[in-house]
Amino acid sequence: MSSLLSASSALREDALRRLKREMWARAVKLGLRSWVGWRRGFTSKADPQRSGRVTAEVIEHLERLALVDFGSQEAVARLEKAIAFADRLRAVDTDGVEPMESVLEDRCLYLRSDNVVEGNCAEELLQNAHRVVEEYFVAPPGMCSPKWLNRLSLSELRI
Amino acid sequence: MLGRTLREVSTALKQGHITPTELCQKCLSLIKKTKFLNAYITVSEEVALKQAEESEKRYKKGHSLGDLDGIPVAVKDNFSTSSIETTCASNMLKGYVPPYNATVVQKLLDKGAVLMGKTNLDEFAMGSGSTDGVFGPVKNPWSYSKQYREKRKQKAHGENEDSNWLITGGSSGGSAAAVAAFTCFAALGSDTGGSTRNPAAHCGVVGFKPSYGLVSRHGLIPLVNSMDVPGILTRCVDDAAIVLGMLAGHDPKDSTTIQDPVKPFTLPTFADVNKLCIGIPKEYLAPELSSEVRSFWSKAANLFESEGAKVIEVSLPHTSYSIVCYHVLCTSEVASNMARFDGLEYGHRCDINVSTEAMYAATRREGFNDVVRGRILSGNFFLLKENYENYFIKAQKVRRLIANDFVNVFNSGVDVLLTPTTLSEAVPYLEFIKEDNRTRSAQDDIFTQAVNMAGLPAVSVPVALSNQGLPIGLQFIGRAFCDQQLLKIAKWFEKQVQFPVIQLQELMDDCSSDFEIEKLSSVSLKQ
Repeated sequence: MSSLLSASSALREDALRRLKREMWARAVKLGLRSWVGWRRGFTSKADPQRSGRVTAEVIEHLERLALVDFGSQEAVARLEKAIAFADRLRAVDTDGVEPMESVLEDRCLYLRSDNVVEGNCAEELLQNAHRVVEEYFVAPPGMCSPKWLNRLSLSELRI
Repeated sequence: MLGRTLREVSTALKQGHITPTELCQKCLSLIKKTKFLNAYITVSEEVALKQAEESEKRYKKGHSLGDLDGIPVAVKDNFSTSSIETTCASNMLKGYVPPYNATVVQKLLDKGAVLMGKTNLDEFAMGSGSTDGVFGPVKNPWSYSKQYREKRKQKAHGENEDSNWLITGGSSGGSAAAVAAFTCFAALGSDTGGSTRNPAAHCGVVGFKPSYGLVSRHGLIPLVNSMDVPGILTRCVDDAAIVLGMLAGHDPKDSTTIQDPVKPFTLPTFADVNKLCIGIPKEYLAPELSSEVRSFWSKAANLFESEGAKVIEVSLPHTSYSIVCYHVLCTSEVASNMARFDGLEYGHRCDINVSTEAMYAATRREGFNDVVRGRILSGNFFLLKENYENYFIKAQKVRRLIANDFVNVFNSGVDVLLTPTTLSEAVPYLEFIKEDNRTRSAQDDIFTQAVNMAGLPAVSVPVALSNQGLPIGLQFIGRAFCDQQLLKIAKWFEKQVQFPVIQLQELMDDCSSDFEIEKLSSVSLKQ
């Protein structure tokens, strides 16, 4: 029994190692390294003379939060303009004014009673997803973030 | 037949002058003829014919479902429609087929309406031109109207007729064009900052924005949850009232709909104009306002005065800040709403499978266009911890000030406000794209977005043609939940101005009798 277990765990480890190598190889093929490199290079190209609310740090932070990239210097310029536009709000005196979240704030929000009236539509919902296994949506692994990739040596990436 | 109003066609159907199938086929053939307008993303031909058949059976048995039974309608492509692709004109949702109908769509179908298709828009309803969707821009039917072309011949000779076509306005441009070109009798749009009223004004149709909370948003792919409403586009105010009557009311699936009972209504003829008080907000006299629009605005005010109404100048002091406030709140809510598009459960998914973050980032890069990405990034900036108080909360406070401005004006005895809808008539596409989407939206939404922030009902009514032969509309803004009153006044006004019918004779070889200019009988605002 123990030999079976150890054999199977050895197999598992092997499979994991192979999987990791494949993943890194695919990452290189897909130019992920170039994507990371582009991102680093892009932020360093940010004009140091720009009246900068949108510093390289902010760009990186926003891209990370939004999971959307700027894509070009133009986009950064557009954000700067958007911020400058929004800055006009400073001229308004809002002392003592409460923020307004909804125009219906004076009314009670309607809440349904907590009874199950619909559902059982897993199959319908799964049809819209690209990658599905049984009743699961399949997501790629989460631990391999760019931060991780950055830490790896180049030789490992070249596998 | 296609040039008739919804009410007239409904009567014709009930009396058997035409069958739902014939009507449906006429509309389908016209949609094919007007394909170059690019108003439709999806034409649901089979579905429409099936619905028309069922409607016909009902009419034969004498069991019609009401005024909407058998009537061809179109729906903007950001409303979920079961089994019909819903794309929001974005790569992110190309191929996405919702498993359910938006409540407003379901209501239309329950009343027997025939769904012709899903109309084109700016990607995710972000824009004021209907030019930024992945299926291409929508062309304004008035670019091809006799009225416009005749005026152009006087100016430019030998120019390529199609190169200088005009935008429809946005973002519900497809819906507006579909109605203006007679391919349907009513269309649903969405209105977050003017997206229904703006294209309505540019396309010479009625664009109605209901009070926030009156019509369900369930199934409307959200842009700004606190401001979005489904909008109604029709060729006359009466038709808009019919559709509103079918759509309004509490929806348990949308907890932001009010629970007050709503009953369908017919608009009575408005006889008490002399008891009205019309407010003209002085801050809306923007320097960029075209002289023609200003002139029509002033003539409309005079018209009310000549009928005995009280017309007074009012002030909405925070008007100059409302577009800024809207910009901050809109981008912030957009940043939040667009976060759901990660490629996992629906929509586009990229090929990268190394990590979730890489997958999300690439999916969103591939799925969204620059405009959407720009707004997401701006919104995330305003929501950063260090910026939250100074931008987002600040904008929410300014929103209260703007909403209070309206409350104060209505409390002072004003029944309805009269303002322009747009700065000018529709502009050529080549000119429109010279500025970016955000700049254009900031310019074009100037008269319309404050209404969304206050949640008030508003309607754009086509008034007259400009010197270039293009439609100009004016906007009426009413008190919250006084939509019926607002439509009553708009209907009266519409009758006075007698806006001419668009002449698209080159396309309508078999229906020319329907499209003659109606004689101007009463007071008109023609220059």
